[in-house]
Amino acid sequence: MTRNHKPKLAVWKFASCDGCQLSLLDCEDELLEISAEVEIANFAEASRAVVNGPYDLSLVEGSITTPHDEQRIHKIRRWSKFLVPIGACATAGGIQALRNFADVQKFVSVVYAQPQYIATLNKSTPISDHVFVDFELQGCPINKLQLVELLSAFLAGRKPNVPRHSVCVECKTKGNVCVMVAGGEMCLGPVTHAGCGAICPSYNRGCYSCFGPQESPNTSSLSHWLGEHGREKRELVRAFREFNGWAEAFRRESESHEK
Amino acid sequence: MKNKSIRVNYLARVEGEGAMYVKIKDDQVKDVKFKIFEPPRFFEAFLKGRDFREAPDITARICGICPIAYELGASYAMEDICGVKVEGPLRALRRLIYNGEWIESHVLHAFMLHAPDFLGYEDAIRMARKYPAVVKDALRMKKVGNDIMSLLGGREIHPINLRVGGFYKVPRRRDLHALLDDVKWGREAAIIGAKFIADFPFPEFEQDYEYVGLRHPDEYAVIEGRLVSSKGMDIPIGEYDRHLVETQVPHSTALHTHVKQGQTCQVGPLARVNLNYQQLTPIAQETAQEVGLDPQCRNPFKSILARIIEVVFAFDEACRIIESYEEPDQVAVKVQAQAGTGYGCTEAPRGICYHRYTIDDAGIITDAKIVSPTAVNQATIEKDLQAFVQGHIDLPDDQLQYHCEQAVRNYDPCISCSAHFLKLKVDRE
Repeated sequence: MTRNHKPKLAVWKFASCDGCQLSLLDCEDELLEISAEVEIANFAEASRAVVNGPYDLSLVEGSITTPHDEQRIHKIRRWSKFLVPIGACATAGGIQALRNFADVQKFVSVVYAQPQYIATLNKSTPISDHVFVDFELQGCPINKLQLVELLSAFLAGRKPNVPRHSVCVECKTKGNVCVMVAGGEMCLGPVTHAGCGAICPSYNRGCYSCFGPQESPNTSSLSHWLGEHGREKRELVRAFREFNGWAEAFRRESESHEK
Repeated sequence: MKNKSIRVNYLARVEGEGAMYVKIKDDQVKDVKFKIFEPPRFFEAFLKGRDFREAPDITARICGICPIAYELGASYAMEDICGVKVEGPLRALRRLIYNGEWIESHVLHAFMLHAPDFLGYEDAIRMARKYPAVVKDALRMKKVGNDIMSLLGGREIHPINLRVGGFYKVPRRRDLHALLDDVKWGREAAIIGAKFIADFPFPEFEQDYEYVGLRHPDEYAVIEGRLVSSKGMDIPIGEYDRHLVETQVPHSTALHTHVKQGQTCQVGPLARVNLNYQQLTPIAQETAQEVGLDPQCRNPFKSILARIIEVVFAFDEACRIIESYEEPDQVAVKVQAQAGTGYGCTEAPRGICYHRYTIDDAGIITDAKIVSPTAVNQATIEKDLQAFVQGHIDLPDDQLQYHCEQAVRNYDPCISCSAHFLKLKVDRE
């Protein structure tokens, strides 16, 4: 593929912790090489310089939670040739989507003395609820190697090689002893999207699904087995309702245990 | 007579979404606003009803840059409730991972976000064309900090290996020792970096601050201590709410923190160096002297020097902890839930980070309060802007704006952190 200009990269932020865009700055070994291949045209966390759109690739961090942001994402979509949400907030609504299961006005009054100033939506929603997205990187936070793979694939004009199978596959390749079968831990690895490198089981704890659902998650079967191991319904609700709780498969599963 | 306003609608090189507004009328500063329009995320609200052991993982998500501050603050608060103390090698490992966080966060801010201000670049990538070795060494230092986080925590952002009571898995001695060469290199690189920063042109500007931070009898306080100030406050962290109050100010809707008497306070590296200079390691103190960082420094633009001195300290202490590490018998102290209220306060890279929780007998959280360092510094940032602009009112607009942005970045504001409960009225034009 030949180009007569360096592709323009933009990084956008919505409701989030900044961790996923920090992953780009955490590419210490690759950062200067990346910046030689793309023009970092809009990345407020890193630079004062702003180059106007259109942008060849927009990475979007964070979820939509305010009326203003609901409008802003449409502008960004119009300016962007490719748009890729990164992280659990952008792909599933994030931890702040726990409000979606409650009355948000009660949340506001818990935190703020004068709730009337707070402009917030009832729900925290992923980017794909609002605009068309070209690809998604899951994870809370995303894995920086997957981010580098995404950028490389973009530069080479190919599809990113990001496996959508479960954490169990990664865990088995690492040769870990199963923390659930052998250790009785609650582990969401079987229903969770790969990408972290099965870190939690490698550190002797169950996966808490910060990467969200894998491509075909059999959540009800997992719940059944967790129940057989003595997990109560309210524990299952909390387990599925965390950083990716609003992702459809997990939402349906947690709600099924509330009936 | 001059009437003008300076408006920066989206502050760059800070973590999160912030803006700044200064209004000048008849050569007098009439209005200053350091705005935070980061959407609120309601952590305190949705923590209610969660299990107490989930608090470290959940609160980590307040900030991707300083997750350890939240994971450990929450852990200490829960241990306080349940009457548990984490001592010995487990405590040392907690300090070590915190050293890693200070290194990655401080180096990111000092070299990638703040140094470009002093040298006149838009960002560190452009700065790297003129100073390739400085930027490459900074990236490598940051990486060593992240390597410490990854080894002990499983990954650098939102580490998974910390829990109430300790860890899930502790490193073998040989795994830690594998880091030693890099950590020693980092200590030297930080000293060289401090000398590089010492030559920056620092604007002449001093303010009378009340510095607030932790103090511990035996060490440069990071994870535990009493809350002290340069103006005589000395209290256990459990009395935080009685001495540091949050108020809503009329010109904005942000919660500002004040010491009881109405004085604003400053937290962070400059506060810590002022309060606990004598407890810095000898190498860190020597470097501070060499680069001219006065222990009584009141120039906020020199916070970058305090930050790099703390990087020297963090590398030095990491060396000591690694060299003296003995593998503990157990990975965590057993914690049994009991009803009560507890407190945790640690020194995040940007200053004290306060947690208070109440749990019931089943270990379910019934109340939570978290105060981030940027929230505490917010009122001080506005006062700095006010005084700085008043003293430099004749500068051309673009230069004044540039210095104002720099004055905000002195505090390394982490807006994502503060906005879990802060909100200013959005005014983007």
